[in-house]
Amino acid sequence: MAVIAPPVPVRRTRRLPSWAPWAVLVGSLVLAALIQFLGEGPTISGVFFIGAIIFTIAITVTSRTVEGERLSKDRLATTLVTLAFLLALIPLVSLVWTVLSDGITRFGPSFLSTDMVGVFGNMVEGGAFHAIIGTLYVTGIASIISIPLGIFCAIYLVEYGKGRLAKAITVLVDVMTGIPSIVAGLFAFTLFLILFGPAYKAAIIGGIALAVLMTPVVVRSVEEMLRLVPNELREAAYALGVPKWLTIVKVVLRTAIAGITTGVMIAIARVIGETAPLLITVGIAQNVNWDAFDGRIATLPVYVYRQYAQGGPSADRAWAGALTLIIIVMLLNLVARLVSRYFSPEGAR
Amino acid sequence: MSKRIDVSDLNAYYGDFLAVEGVDMVIEPRTVTALIGPSGCGKSTFLRTLNRMHEVIPGAYVTGKAVMDGQDLYGPGIDPVEVRRQVGMVFQRPNPFPTMSIEDNVLAGVKLNNRRMKKADADELVEGALTAANLWNEVKDRLDRPGSSLSGGQQQRLCIARAIAVQPQVLLMDEPCSALDPISTLAIEDLISELKNDYTIVIVTHNMQQAARVSDRTGFFNIAGTGRPGHLIEMDDTTTMFSTPTVKATEDYISGRFG
Ligand SMILES: Nc1ncnc2c1ncn2[C@@H]1O[C@H](COP(=O)(O)OP(=O)(O)OP(=O)(O)O)[C@@H](O)[C@H]1O
Ligand SMILES: [Mg+2]
Repeated sequence: MAVIAPPVPVRRTRRLPSWAPWAVLVGSLVLAALIQFLGEGPTISGVFFIGAIIFTIAITVTSRTVEGERLSKDRLATTLVTLAFLLALIPLVSLVWTVLSDGITRFGPSFLSTDMVGVFGNMVEGGAFHAIIGTLYVTGIASIISIPLGIFCAIYLVEYGKGRLAKAITVLVDVMTGIPSIVAGLFAFTLFLILFGPAYKAAIIGGIALAVLMTPVVVRSVEEMLRLVPNELREAAYALGVPKWLTIVKVVLRTAIAGITTGVMIAIARVIGETAPLLITVGIAQNVNWDAFDGRIATLPVYVYRQYAQGGPSADRAWAGALTLIIIVMLLNLVARLVSRYFSPEGAR
Repeated sequence: MSKRIDVSDLNAYYGDFLAVEGVDMVIEPRTVTALIGPSGCGKSTFLRTLNRMHEVIPGAYVTGKAVMDGQDLYGPGIDPVEVRRQVGMVFQRPNPFPTMSIEDNVLAGVKLNNRRMKKADADELVEGALTAANLWNEVKDRLDRPGSSLSGGQQQRLCIARAIAVQPQVLLMDEPCSALDPISTLAIEDLISELKNDYTIVIVTHNMQQAARVSDRTGFFNIAGTGRPGHLIEMDDTTTMFSTPTVKATEDYISGRFG
């Protein structure tokens, strides 16, 4: 006869009140400040650093005495994860803060609407209009080439590709993802040197260089999104007598469109700040160049680089240019979010 | 709208692996044919050969004949897409298109094929298909809600409505009730009995009672061991199969003395 164990009642654990962690946190910070008074007086970073250590120990010990071992482990893990998150946030926040505070001096409507014609020496006028146009041109050209190319390539890999060719493409895409951007710049530069001679300079060259960098990123992210589309949906469409290409267009792409948009935006953000290949290929200009196929053109990253190198009031323009670039990327992100919100299935929102 | 299918000496492969071997079967029009058998014996594989869905899987192919309406489905020059328009399919797991509303799901066969349809015709088709699938009353007030907002059983009936909206000759169902509660199961069984007036139906099921309840003819598949091909062991009228099967294995399987 098997011995039947007597039923064990569910144990009730004592929990710390919800204000307790906050109290421990304040206590830890105060303690950290006090400790620092022993030395050279408290600094903000010192208080937070020592405070974090004290808090981690204090909350774990408190929780262990009151709540028991399992819950104290939970508290410890929660604290560590939160700390890691805050730590990761520091560079981000400080970056945004630096660019904002330094960029705001020059940033404004006149900065956005004037170019650098007739600006020299210590003049504080001038702006980045020409560079904004140039960046939009160059990134636009790169996008026009890379987005369709990347999406078609990903469709081939996911829906059609099998055997050697698909493997080779996958490897190539992987290798291309790791290409240093300067190499892409040299490639585009040399390509046009061979085709049109040394005198030819145009936005299109920079666009090609960025396209080389952007395409593999697009392929990779779109490929991942397409693989996420469940096979059942493809089969459901086939079973209704829908041909393969229509299934891809109307079911696979349609289901994955939100993810594809995000992936494409990430790819654009990846190349919009590229400097090195643009230095080689399109150089810099002082005025707006509306012709993408002829002449040097200014772009925001190169503009920032040049202005910063000049120092003095130009450095302020460099920060304002950096701020402009970040704002453009954020706007793109916003658009991507709206698009994917619009396309995502209602139930999943 | 229903057709007879004559299957002769049909083999289904996954690459080198022969999954189903030498099936000879007659599927009568306006009847429900049930396919039963232990797991892995190739019921789903065989079912999918009937609308050429089998070859969608990379490396999979079929040899042999499946003649519908005097025409071999695997004959030269036959477009699998055309076959699938005539032979519809309902899958084991409900799979409505998540990006489409209930209405668009029913119209999926039309819309995905880029065919134009007058609004009035479309409305009529939606109502007709949903009514036939016993779902109209439950969803008529929320046709623009996403298909995934329905319960599992409703989703399965939505998939049936979607399949019959393209007006196929034959309807294949692979364990359509395996994910459903008894009430939805009954609803779908009632539906099958109604649909058989218009369609030829082939249904795979693990549920003996279900096979006995809904089908007119039953085919028993079996497999000699793992890695061996599945065979059609016996096929007869359902009443005969369940009362006096001629093969011992069938009797064992049906009475639960299997394995
Ligand atoms: N995509 C596939 N690739 C390779 N082999 C497969 C594939 N699908 C099924 N098989 C094999 O084919 C055989 C038959 O499988 P099938 O799915 O037709 O069985 P079944 O009778 O439907 O089983 P169940 O009742 O569990 O659904 C099995 O041995 C299975 O491993
Ligand atoms: Mg199966």
